[in-house]
Amino acid sequence: MLPLLGTGCDGPLSSLDPASPQASAVADLWWIMLVGSGLVFLLVMTLLTLAFTSARRYLRRPHAIYILGGGLVFPATVLSVLLAYALFTGERLLADPARPAALRVQAMAAQWQWTFRYASGIEMSDRLVLPAGQPVDIAISSQDVIHSFWIPRLGGKIDALPGRIHVMRIISEQVGTYAGACAEFCGLNHAGMYFTVEVVPLAEFETVLRQAMDETRSN
Amino acid sequence: MAASGKSALLRHKDLQRAWCNPPGWGRLAAVNHSIIGRRFILTALAFFAIGGLLAMLLRAQLATSRSAFVGPEIYNQFFTMHGTVMMFLFAIPLFEGLAMYLLPKMLGSRDMAFPRLSAYGYWCYVLGGSILVVALAIGYAPDSGWFMYTPLSSKPYTPGINSDVWLIGITFVEISAISAAVEIAVSILRIRTGGMSLQRLPIFAWYMLVTAFMILVGFPPLILGSILLEVERAFGWPFFDPTRGGDPLLWQHLFWMFGHPEVYIIFLPAAGAISTILPVLSRQRLIGYSWLVASIIALGFISFGLWVHHMFTTGLPHLSLAFFSAASLLVVIPTSVQIFSWLATLVMGRPQLKLPMLYILGFFFVFVMGGLTGVMVGVVPFDWQAHDTHFVVAHLHYVLVGGFVFPMLAAAYYWLPRFTGRQAQHRLGLVAFWLIFLGFHGTFFLMHLTGLRGMPRRIFTYPVEMNWDVLNLISSMGSFVMAAGFALFVVDIILQLRFAPRSCRNPWQADTLEWTVPGPVPLYNFAALPHIRSRYPLKAQSGLALKLATGDGYLPEVRHGWMETLSVDMVSGRPDQIVLLPKPTYLPFFAALATAVFFLGALFKIYGLALAGLATAMTLFLVWAWHSGLQRDYGALPAGLGLSLPLHAETERPPAWWAMAFTLVADGTMFASLLFGGIFLLVVTPGEVQPAIASGAAMWLDIVIIGLLAGAVFAMRRTVRAVATPAPRQRLIGIAFVQQLLAAALLVYLIRAAPDAKAHAVHALSTAMLWYLALHVMVALVMTGFTIARGRCGYISATRSAEPRILLLWYTYVALAGLIGLALLRLISPVAP
Ligand code: HEM
Ligand SMILES: [Cu+2]
Ligand SMILES: [Cu+2]
Repeated sequence: MLPLLGTGCDGPLSSLDPASPQASAVADLWWIMLVGSGLVFLLVMTLLTLAFTSARRYLRRPHAIYILGGGLVFPATVLSVLLAYALFTGERLLADPARPAALRVQAMAAQWQWTFRYASGIEMSDRLVLPAGQPVDIAISSQDVIHSFWIPRLGGKIDALPGRIHVMRIISEQVGTYAGACAEFCGLNHAGMYFTVEVVPLAEFETVLRQAMDETRSN
Repeated sequence: MAASGKSALLRHKDLQRAWCNPPGWGRLAAVNHSIIGRRFILTALAFFAIGGLLAMLLRAQLATSRSAFVGPEIYNQFFTMHGTVMMFLFAIPLFEGLAMYLLPKMLGSRDMAFPRLSAYGYWCYVLGGSILVVALAIGYAPDSGWFMYTPLSSKPYTPGINSDVWLIGITFVEISAISAAVEIAVSILRIRTGGMSLQRLPIFAWYMLVTAFMILVGFPPLILGSILLEVERAFGWPFFDPTRGGDPLLWQHLFWMFGHPEVYIIFLPAAGAISTILPVLSRQRLIGYSWLVASIIALGFISFGLWVHHMFTTGLPHLSLAFFSAASLLVVIPTSVQIFSWLATLVMGRPQLKLPMLYILGFFFVFVMGGLTGVMVGVVPFDWQAHDTHFVVAHLHYVLVGGFVFPMLAAAYYWLPRFTGRQAQHRLGLVAFWLIFLGFHGTFFLMHLTGLRGMPRRIFTYPVEMNWDVLNLISSMGSFVMAAGFALFVVDIILQLRFAPRSCRNPWQADTLEWTVPGPVPLYNFAALPHIRSRYPLKAQSGLALKLATGDGYLPEVRHGWMETLSVDMVSGRPDQIVLLPKPTYLPFFAALATAVFFLGALFKIYGLALAGLATAMTLFLVWAWHSGLQRDYGALPAGLGLSLPLHAETERPPAWWAMAFTLVADGTMFASLLFGGIFLLVVTPGEVQPAIASGAAMWLDIVIIGLLAGAVFAMRRTVRAVATPAPRQRLIGIAFVQQLLAAALLVYLIRAAPDAKAHAVHALSTAMLWYLALHVMVALVMTGFTIARGRCGYISATRSAEPRILLLWYTYVALAGLIGLALLRLISPVAP
């Protein structure tokens, strides 16, 4: 069945095919929530089905069990656990502003392209080169309307707002090429605002970056 | 017995004569709740067809990665209009119509509290909706998405008229939401039949009551935001423009302060329908009535604390993310209480699998899934991935279609015999159900996966390498199955309207009052109003329908050709007034036309025309108000069942007083949103220099204005006390008038002395605040002039004292707003040179 739907969970922009610790943490969160929700759904549907059979005799319990037990205690317990787990995961994912990463790249969005600027002055459009295994801070902003910076296989998204700078920390462990997209509707060419991310070994980073820059120029 | 020997038929003839509605063009004058309610419902269904057609076009375009059937210009208009039509022109008006049609029949009254207001709201809805639809037909529809994020929707990036169409059309339509909310709240609280205490209120009325208050508090932030954005677009006041100190996030906050409660506003009436239908079809009284009431009130409150969960990716501080994430999960609890009360009712009863019940099962299946994915996106780290993808598109349709469309279909089949007086027939309906149910899952189930595999929402095409083709094709095919289901539903309803045999009066053995109304429904609902002794009157008081037909109840006789209904004490349900209802009139229709002239003038920037429209509308409202009230006292009149009651015009707090109080709740929320905007720009918006925005005027001017407004309140209080003696009364009102006049003049002076509103968002906001206050004082002036004239013509007396009391409410509000508003301005601009 899954292969029929276009090869299961992978794809250039698939958040279910994670390639970084952050994206993996969120994908895990998804699978856990999926199983949990599946169980809750089954519970409700079972009660519902049984109510239409004579088996409902066995389900006749004091009202408080339903209203207080099912309506209050049950969701409160499940959700507290979920919330604690989610907050914990969230804190791990967010950059600690007190300790900036060694490398900082500026990502400036505009209708309809991304410009990435490195401290060395190198600047490229729609193409981001990152060193593997090293944390990088991406400083995201916009020149015009709101866009959103998103590399699903490496982590979540954050909006690019004019007049504000948002910092996202990326740690990409696997060398490879990833796809990025603008996730916030930004006008006519929103559907075409993709970019590529090349994660290269740390040792080759500077050379690849320079090459990439030259290629972009000569284009 | 009150039945004075008159036969049921004669009684019916008398009532018919008093309540009749002119035919032909006279239909434009109809104000009766059954007629207006039906119109709301049919118009909403027409808009559902338009929104559905747009959905089909969207799905056709997305079916494969190579569809070249529309380009982004058109696609963007299509999805924006689909969302807008479904939320504002279909969902809200549909339940408003249902409430208008059903509530009086459930509450044992003959109409809503303000029939002319219902009619006015209806025409505003139709005219405002038409502006949007015409724009779509000629290719100028809004295209920035249904939440219109700035700066995309502002002038530099949407220079055309598209955004203006949205801002102006939707604000126009929202007049009808606010007026319906005021009306529903007052009708439920006051216009019931005798004996119907709050504990005996049908559960549907509780749901609608909470919904009405949520509209009063939920819609004003959007109305304010729309006005500010339109002013920014038209006159360059930079509220949301980051290059001049404005903030696009302020728009998002104002939008979602409305947008999140909106989702619950749509869900609650549908849940109210379920709480009504499910017990009847389970042959079991609703379990946990009080728990349900408590949980929907809780839901109402909590839903105002969640809006930020739509903004988890906007870079907010961690702490607020955690807070709003927790709040988003908390809201699950009142919803689960409802789900489990319904389950308990099913289990304790003997449920029958009739067609409405089948749709309720569809609701359970779809809505529970939508709720579960809602929990998921309420979890911040997951939302960072899922936000703005097709996962959210799937989630929101599970919630909206599951939580609104399925219950409404159940309601349609359940109440159809009530509307038509014909039997329910369920063969085609069954096929339609399965097509809709399966088509729905075909469309949206795998769309969760499409989203997780990275497909953003609002894209008109996608590259084939992304591997989204198969998933999208399945979704598109599913949507056509679903569309076939809806088409079949319509055919089924039409067939039933024409061919179904007549039904008995209470086919479901229900226990609420609407089933005692004879069919076809007479405009006056009840020949006499029942006295209620139970929450389940049809079960507890046998033979009720027959008794009412023979006049054994309240207000059985027509006198002076009046249309009468009861008003009761809010809590105990003890009758305390006879309310005289208005006859059919063209005023609401023409007032709505004049309002349309105002909005069209604003849309096409012909401001002279806009002002003329506004002036005409105001004049018509005054004429309308002039036709209410009495010029002499009647004293207590017999009201049936041995009771004598005063007419509403001869009481201190007639329904209109409550309408004013609830309108001020909405107005106050709008004011609070404006304050929020000021504080937000000051505290949250980045940018180091807050410009000194001295109003140019000294502090003492503020103090004088506040003093004048307070003085006017004082004079009006004394007016109310002196209401019995005409001369001192008219003198005191005159004093109040002069004080308001001076305050208005000073406020206008402050506006003129204020720094250029175009220069900086904070200036713009201060000037907007001054305008807000000035307009309120001007309205006070008009109302005061009106009251003076009314006093001259003998409409005010010792007993008929409501008008000065209503004015006093407005005065007090304006004085408080003046105090707070001017203080805020001093806060933003501490020093005046
Ligand atoms: C009847 C079947 C329906 C279908 C096939 C359908 C289909 C769609 C599609 C394909 C989109 C996403 C477009 C995009 O992001 O590119 C969408 C968006 C939306 N739909 Fe529906 N829809 C249906 C019913 C409804 C109903 C009943 C409601 C509300 C009561 C609704 C409310 C919305 C909203 C609010 C959006 C978001 C619009 C935006 O992004 O600005 N839809 N719908
Ligand atoms: Cu974009
Ligand atoms: Cu929400």
